[in-house]
Amino acid sequence: MITLKNIEKVYQTKTIETVALHNVNLHIPKGEFVSVMGPSGCGKSTLLNIMGLLDEPTNGIVEIDGLPISRYKDKELAHIRNQKLGFVFQSYHLINDLSVLDNVELPLLYRTGVSAAETRRLALTALEKVGLSARTKHYPTQLSGGQRQRVAIARALIGQPEIILADEPTGNLDSVMGEEIMNILLNLNRHDGTSIVMVTHDENMAMKTERLIRFFDGQQVSDAKTSAYDYQKV
Amino acid sequence: MLKNYLKIAWKVLLRRKFFTFISLFGISFTLMVLMVATSLMDHTFGPQMPERETDELLFVSMMREEHSEGYSSSGPASYYFLDRNVRTLQTPEQVSINSMFFQVNSYINNRKLALDIKYTDREFWDILDFEFLEGGAFGQQEVAGASRVAIINETTRNKYFGEGKAVGKTIEVDQVKYKVVGVVKDVPVLRLYSYADVWVPITLKSQDFNKPGYRGLYFATIKAQNPADIPNIKAEYAAMLHEIERQHPVKGTKLSSFPDTTLEGFARTLLGGGKKSGMGFLYVILAGLAFLFMLLPTINLVSINISRIMERSSEIGLRKAFGATSSNIIGQFIVENIFLTLLGGILGFALSAAVLKLINDSGVIVYANLGLNLRVFAWGLLLSLIFGLISGVYPAYRMSRLKAVEALKGGSK
Repeated sequence: MITLKNIEKVYQTKTIETVALHNVNLHIPKGEFVSVMGPSGCGKSTLLNIMGLLDEPTNGIVEIDGLPISRYKDKELAHIRNQKLGFVFQSYHLINDLSVLDNVELPLLYRTGVSAAETRRLALTALEKVGLSARTKHYPTQLSGGQRQRVAIARALIGQPEIILADEPTGNLDSVMGEEIMNILLNLNRHDGTSIVMVTHDENMAMKTERLIRFFDGQQVSDAKTSAYDYQKV
Repeated sequence: MLKNYLKIAWKVLLRRKFFTFISLFGISFTLMVLMVATSLMDHTFGPQMPERETDELLFVSMMREEHSEGYSSSGPASYYFLDRNVRTLQTPEQVSINSMFFQVNSYINNRKLALDIKYTDREFWDILDFEFLEGGAFGQQEVAGASRVAIINETTRNKYFGEGKAVGKTIEVDQVKYKVVGVVKDVPVLRLYSYADVWVPITLKSQDFNKPGYRGLYFATIKAQNPADIPNIKAEYAAMLHEIERQHPVKGTKLSSFPDTTLEGFARTLLGGGKKSGMGFLYVILAGLAFLFMLLPTINLVSINISRIMERSSEIGLRKAFGATSSNIIGQFIVENIFLTLLGGILGFALSAAVLKLINDSGVIVYANLGLNLRVFAWGLLLSLIFGLISGVYPAYRMSRLKAVEALKGGSK
């Protein structure tokens, strides 16, 4: 699915050079739910951005489905993001000027060959999956944090991506709402087979995933299966 | 996708009311000025009553005589020259000779009425397409017999006779009584070669007919069989003039006179020199003025757009994350900007209509009937689109170059 080989990311200003990632090697197979943990500034989000083709590594190779994408142009990268990837952000990143339904439909606007009726149908299905069928005409500002994040998840899954990259999806939510969101993600992973890479600060959430990778100072310090991961619990 | 873009565009406009007001005011005001200018141009040079077939009409309005001794004179041509040399041209379908308009007085109940009178032949009425409200044009017989008949315009009729019919009644102009045979709709003063308040047979000025010389008080109105014949008429005219020059008793005398369209005539008077009509120069000046006039509000709109779009960098990042290409982003902001400028265009139209009505009612331009016809509308629409494109492309391009990750963070680039 996604493979990172010898990834380096260095932020350079006139005076300072900051190494955000150093020699990262990772493979995320299809259908796996991986969590990434580490202290603030250790490079977790940078890692997710590189995996999501939102940012370029300074060195190293990113492969998606075995194909190195380093020389891909803007249009090709956009195509891969649209077809294979879905994103969930800590601050939701919903467009407040658009209704819930319009927000969820967004990824399909950039996909050719999907009619408006089909887009609408898929958006309604996605909203149903996250339990928000009754809020289609609402605007993001009329929703609670948990509801907003559910809209964001519906938006991430409408295009049926192979992998969802979630950057602290429960970070802005209280524990009950966080739990709800986590359950939706676990469901997606187990029932739809969607791979998920989730950055989190929450040990409890991380332990619910299949594999936990820990980062420190831009380096991968551990990578192990979690013991608590239990299919039956969901 | 377009629906989504338009929804967003509309919401953004509503969200930032002050920016929207500034943008719309800039666009609509600029367009208003450009549209009023276009309307004036159209009114003066476009196909309007009575000069509807502008692509088949030429006017001879000037004759310049340069003598070898170094002095020169210029002004309208003489009847003598036009009758002998222009009326006899082979290529035109018809040629009319008519005088300039002269200011004369008329009196109604001891109240002075200043009128402009023009002397015309019969062909003048065949070539031009006046709109008759009553009666008709005087015929060949009346011209040949120097009958005291007159065609008056609507305003003169209303002032002189009141609202009733005028045909068959008598109007006294410059102490001469004329029988009114027709009433036409007002022709604006900007149509110099057709305009008057009163038109009478040219033979009433027969004292001018045999005055030799090239300079006088007359115009020629030439009708071509079709637009393609215009160059042939010009060529024949030039050859005729060359021949006259060659046979001129005073060697070295140079004559300059051209059959021009109204716009060419204007350009030649203003900017022409020698054989050059000055049209190219006029177009450059007009385009330059329009460009300069549009430049400032465009720059203003560009900077407003940049700050307006910058605020939406996270939306751009988000769209990129979900598969929008840079061209999608450029497309979106251009669509939004065109939407904004078209809105400004609509407001501009309303403003223009109000200003044109004000000009018409004020009487600044005599008998002006400025309006927003289809041609002006098309020009306005085109200008709005150009405006929208120019002011939208650069900000959209700048934003499209943001990396998704930077845009999501708030667009630090």
